[in-house]
Amino acid sequence: MNDDDRVFKALADPTRRFLLDELFARDGRTLSELESELEMTRFGVMKHLRVLEDAGLVVTRKQGREKLHFLNPVPIRLIHNRWIDKYTERRVSALLELKDELEEMA
Amino acid sequence: MTMTQTKTTQVYEVYIKASAQKVWDAITDPEWTQKYAYQSRQEVEPRAGGTFKAFATDEMRGFGLPEVIIDGEVIEYDPPRRLVQTWNSHFSDELSAEPPTRLTYELSESGGFTRLTLVHELEGAPLHAEMVASQWTEGAGGGWSWILSDLKSFLETGKTLSS
Repeated sequence: MNDDDRVFKALADPTRRFLLDELFARDGRTLSELESELEMTRFGVMKHLRVLEDAGLVVTRKQGREKLHFLNPVPIRLIHNRWIDKYTERRVSALLELKDELEEMA
Repeated sequence: MTMTQTKTTQVYEVYIKASAQKVWDAITDPEWTQKYAYQSRQEVEPRAGGTFKAFATDEMRGFGLPEVIIDGEVIEYDPPRRLVQTWNSHFSDELSAEPPTRLTYELSESGGFTRLTLVHELEGAPLHAEMVASQWTEGAGGGWSWILSDLKSFLETGKTLSS
């Protein structure tokens, strides 16, 4: 699996997307804090976090005795650069031009 | 440890196919920092207690930004592994008024790749926190994920997103 594969695989699961959304809302959380948001065993949450870490979407840092989980948006940014820009750029810029023209006329 | 600290720290990580020295140069050498992302000339005095300055590009000055858009103090300077500094931006009076934020770059090379981890501690600086987390790519909005993805692209392919 290459890096993109890992990111897509990690995102292809509602629990893992939920965990990313939780970290987006409040970053730097412990396993226990994340576990309390889910109806799932500690081991289950750990496995999901592991997939997210392998994809680089979650980065952990030690702070005192605690291991904190942080959302790392860079892999998503790279996919955005690689795929989304390529397919949407032309259409979006055409729409933005149209918007500008219509607003100037108004 | 307080909850506020964890809430106000942001962590970014990227793997770049380049040596740690090359990544270090791209972050600390004023000639290199002008080649990707905001293309701002950045000067870091290579010692603890030294100053850090990022200068406005001609385009930025055209928008009325000050000569020095970001400044700070070097706390640790350990090439090519670790740079710790304060970081305070001056894109607006409101941003200038916030307390200095703390930035840590950690570089670790293995198997032809360098893992670059950036930890930004933003205690008491909500405007800075919002700015560096931004996903915008145009104009003044791009945060760390845009800057680091552009750095990766630049070092691996010689091309940047803006070019």
